[in-house]
Amino acid sequence: MTNDAFGACPTPLGRYDRIVLGHGSGGTLSAALVKEIFLAAFDDPTLAALEDQATLAPPPAGHRLAVTTDAFVVSPAEFPGGDIGVLAVAGTVNDLVVGGARPRYLTASFILEEGTPIDLVRRITASMASTSRHAGVAVVAGDTKVVERGKGDGIFVSTTGVGFVPPGRDLSASRARPGDRVLVSGTLGDHGIAIMCAREGLELETTLQSDVAPLGSLVEAMLEASPNIRCMRDPTRGGLASALTEIAEASRVGAKLDEAPIPLKREVRAACEVLGLDPLYVACEGRLVAIVPPEDADATLRAMRAHELGRDAAIVGTIVDTHAGRVSMRAAVGGERFVMRLSGEQLPRIC
Amino acid sequence: MSAMERARDPSRVRALLETIDREATQPWTIMEVCGGQTHAIVRFGLSEQLSERVELLHGPGCPVCVTPIEMIDRAHAIALDPSVILCSYGDMLRVPGSDGDLLSCRARGADVRIVYSPLDALALARKNPTRQVVFFAVGFETTAPANAMAVQAAARERRDNFSVLSSHVLVPPSLASIMQTPGCRVNAFLGPGHVCTVMGTSQYEAISRIFRVPIAIAGFEPVDLLEGVLAAVRQLEQKQAKVEITYDNAVRREGNALAKKTLEDVFEVCDRKWRGVGLLPKSGLRLRPEYHRFDAERRFEVGASRAAESPLCMSGHVLRGIKKPTDCPAFGKQCTPDMPLGATMVSSEGACAAYFRFGRRELGGAA
Repeated sequence: MTNDAFGACPTPLGRYDRIVLGHGSGGTLSAALVKEIFLAAFDDPTLAALEDQATLAPPPAGHRLAVTTDAFVVSPAEFPGGDIGVLAVAGTVNDLVVGGARPRYLTASFILEEGTPIDLVRRITASMASTSRHAGVAVVAGDTKVVERGKGDGIFVSTTGVGFVPPGRDLSASRARPGDRVLVSGTLGDHGIAIMCAREGLELETTLQSDVAPLGSLVEAMLEASPNIRCMRDPTRGGLASALTEIAEASRVGAKLDEAPIPLKREVRAACEVLGLDPLYVACEGRLVAIVPPEDADATLRAMRAHELGRDAAIVGTIVDTHAGRVSMRAAVGGERFVMRLSGEQLPRIC
Repeated sequence: MSAMERARDPSRVRALLETIDREATQPWTIMEVCGGQTHAIVRFGLSEQLSERVELLHGPGCPVCVTPIEMIDRAHAIALDPSVILCSYGDMLRVPGSDGDLLSCRARGADVRIVYSPLDALALARKNPTRQVVFFAVGFETTAPANAMAVQAAARERRDNFSVLSSHVLVPPSLASIMQTPGCRVNAFLGPGHVCTVMGTSQYEAISRIFRVPIAIAGFEPVDLLEGVLAAVRQLEQKQAKVEITYDNAVRREGNALAKKTLEDVFEVCDRKWRGVGLLPKSGLRLRPEYHRFDAERRFEVGASRAAESPLCMSGHVLRGIKKPTDCPAFGKQCTPDMPLGATMVSSEGACAAYFRFGRRELGGAA
């Protein structure tokens, strides 16, 4: 079904410009929503078969299966540099690829609030479709529920991703060793600050865009440069500080950051000062942190910088055999301090 | 180089540290007054790098920390009124009252919102004419003029659904109280740069004169802070005691006349209880009688609070510079930012929270 057909032939969906409870009833309105928006955008034969389940081919011999799931509730649903649709695909894809998996399939559940403009649903679905195509994943199953006005916040999306890990790849947060280098793929905090600036009530005008992006091709380039990369994480909620603390805890090592080389955009630095935030805790949705053996660090950095999603990559720290499970940072002005886990910071919902 | 980069320039920081070390010939104890200064000192690890002859004590300057528990309980009671939208700054939401914090009120159904300015709260009142919007106004002299402006605007609009729960406090009475505390170790103060941007320095000249204590009005970045420390050390070494403005790109001796006029139009000085410290005469601000109709305490009938403080918390001693956060047996054990016993562990400008967040305990910063 194409948009032309939709325009030419009025359907039950066409009577409404906003989501009504009937769109989740399982009746004709539900069917119209699925067909005219979801099936049209995702354009996948498995999905279009409308079975109760997607039946898929198993992974090639020697590959392991990777599965991850995530829910997305970002507000506002559309923000500079992306929307909840891009985020729902990139977020789940990135959780797969940082484990070395090649993403293959995605399922998507939508919780729509009564009154949500259908055009918004259409735009977000289109974003999801183009981001999944770009990331090489097929959307093979889905579900839609409608909740009464006031019981949701426009649109919530939950996605589950399936990927295949090729033989020989073994990335794990427990593999960091003293002497390893800590690399980040780009500027920190762009997503979190872009969302905050887009929110009502905060009149900070910037041209800052969210960094949201699927990172599969960057990861493949990095693993080609160094198959020995110990582990990767995407610093989403809780930012670099939390991602690195998790690695330090899992590997029972310490991590030592150097403030000076940490890449930060001027706008992010300034907004953090105004809002009293520490950029180390602000979320990214298109960045990764990698722990790399020292002898491979330069080659990995070169591979990252040669990729469009890693142009601002930098080596920002070292794994050490002191303060196991903790992250410390040497300030550019010389002092050293610990970087603690986030404890109830006053950040609005950002992912 | 931007202004911020200049204020964090590692070579200037190093040069200042060396000069301070050279010029301090005997041990001096300097208290930074403002919570923002404490936060920066701990964040940038300045005390560890300072000359071993200069000790920094952390002062009372976190308005969130010193807001009395009775006032927080009052805010909770008002917030739980279904007609009310209660607005405050983010930090205030996690400060424990006798029975949980404002976030737990929100979880129980209260409409509690974070705003970044009192004018945003007033805008909410315009947008929600059937609701009562209450702004929980905390802060020192720095934030008071903006709150006064919101009250003036509400009066001009004859708005009857906007009020403020005022818990403003004033810096100079707290400094006088610290100097009069038995066992006071303060040799000099780093004065609060932003408060003085509004109020000017005349009240600090009086304190400096009466208690013969040097006061360097300092900023909030590493270079600003160390310039303040150096000025204080020089005065101490030369046996001087005067007010010096080292934050001279922001502070003028006379302050900001317009801001002061706005503040004086709306507020009058009153006695105020400080959490952990007690009642300090003439240390707070309340609405003048002609603005009483915007006073949330008068608009909402609120019963007496239980005012239950944790017996373990020694934030009163921390706020007066008698104890360091790490001297407290509960620090990092029963009391963490996730489960705070007292307000100094909650606010990002509280000394205990700064110590915890930046891991001062383990890095050997404990006194």
